[in-house]
Amino acid sequence: MAMADGWQIIQDNLDAFLAAAGVTVEVAVFGLALGFAGGVLLALSRLSSFKPLSWIATIYIEIIRGTPLLIQIFFIYFGFGAISPLLNFDALTAGILALGLNSAAYQAEIIRGGIESVPKGQMEAARSIGMTRMQAMRHVILPQSFRLMIPAMTNEMVTLIKDTSLVSTITVVELTFVGKQLTSRYLEAVPILGFVALIYFVMTFATSRAMRYLEHKYRIPGYGEDE
Amino acid sequence: MSQDEIIRAVNIHKSFKGHEVLKGIDLSISRQEVVCIIGPSGSGKSTFLRCLNRITEPDKGEVLFEGKSIMGPDVDIDEVRSHMVMVFQSYNLFLHLTAKKNIMLALEQVRGMGQEEAEARALDALSKVGLEAKADAYPGQLSGGQQQRVAIARAIAMEPKLVMFDEPTSALDPELTYEVLDVMKKLAYGGMTMVVVTHEMGFAKDVADRVVFMDHGVIVEEGDPDKIFTDPQNERTRQFLKRVLKDEPGPPPA
Ligand SMILES: Nc1ncnc2c1ncn2[C@@H]1O[C@H](COP(=O)(O)OP(=O)(O)OP(=O)(O)O)[C@@H](O)[C@H]1O
Ligand SMILES: [Mg+2]
Repeated sequence: MAMADGWQIIQDNLDAFLAAAGVTVEVAVFGLALGFAGGVLLALSRLSSFKPLSWIATIYIEIIRGTPLLIQIFFIYFGFGAISPLLNFDALTAGILALGLNSAAYQAEIIRGGIESVPKGQMEAARSIGMTRMQAMRHVILPQSFRLMIPAMTNEMVTLIKDTSLVSTITVVELTFVGKQLTSRYLEAVPILGFVALIYFVMTFATSRAMRYLEHKYRIPGYGEDE
Repeated sequence: MSQDEIIRAVNIHKSFKGHEVLKGIDLSISRQEVVCIIGPSGSGKSTFLRCLNRITEPDKGEVLFEGKSIMGPDVDIDEVRSHMVMVFQSYNLFLHLTAKKNIMLALEQVRGMGQEEAEARALDALSKVGLEAKADAYPGQLSGGQQQRVAIARAIAMEPKLVMFDEPTSALDPELTYEVLDVMKKLAYGGMTMVVVTHEMGFAKDVADRVVFMDHGVIVEEGDPDKIFTDPQNERTRQFLKRVLKDEPGPPPA
């Protein structure tokens, strides 16, 4: 019975699945964190009045968004080592780095969009009552923009979680890698890959639910689309 | 400079993309004076106001606040701005903060007050505009008139030496206009120094010590409100007043 076999395979390899899911979570969490840090820096650079900084950030963002993630992953894993032995990363580090550097470009645009969608009068009111640019940013603009960013950030997080499967190509032993391995061992694609997909779905679903909760929790009464 | 002068603008020029919006404005305002600036749309009234605190940087000219130039790079412009606060047509309350927190923010950040002192000051300012009951409401939960009164409370809580109003009632329905004008009148009678850009000719007539008429980036005429409204000297002033007074609404319903 294929069905029973499938279930048996999953049960027999549950430890391997869970370990692989742990690696996937690790890649996703570190990738997103790196992407957020990089995204804030890139967004502020893009909005900077110091033009060269703004150009460098723009060029970086355009290159990352205009080339395939898979190529970026290969480039960092295979290419960087050729540039300098110091950049010879192990697969996991290279994978996290690639996803983080990629996500930074997307998160930068989300953060910039969030900052720019705060009405102009907010900065003006803050400045004309005597607040410095930094104070206005910190206490008026950013708290509002973070709320505005949540839906787009949710998208980016879900995308990145799914994109972690690409690092299987550089032999990171995460969910997709293990799924492929077990499939070729048992020749039972449906139950194995179905289970892998289910785990991804649980991760993305939990993420978007958590973000929706945050959005609701930090919503501003009477501001933006309510309910 | 007279002892009484609080602010003086000298030969202010400003262009946007080659279009000259201010063509050399001179204006001096004394302590406790209420000056209303009137004039057609696009004449540069807002731009002039914004040049006074350098939220818009003038191309040429100088602003003296309490006798000292505020133009140099060594001037602490943030400190200066905290003494000459602005009230906007679109209120510009901080949307993520309650009425009370809107007022407290600058008291804490700019004046360095502790939370308790700032809160007491904020509640006091709210009571002056009749909104102590709305201390914990967010801007989105207030009417336009209430939002503008909170904005005025936010301004006066700083105990400024000058308040600049840029058409504070233009976004409001007539019945809400009166509640805001009322607060402004009380402020004026309490001795606050005010520059008010306004289309409310009734307010200018009643409250202003001086009315300034601007057109095409210059001050065309200025003087006592009675004189300006009943016997304008300049043809452009006459034309403008004829146009706006025609559709001026009557006195508020009792
Ligand atoms: N930031 C800006 N960039 C470009 N043009 C501007 C800017 N601000 C103002 N202007 C232009 O300058 C002119 C004067 O504008 P301003 O807002 O000072 O007029 P106003 O007298 O306040 O008019 P209103 O009664 O409509 O408020 C207008 O033609 C306007 O389009
Ligand atoms: Mg204006």
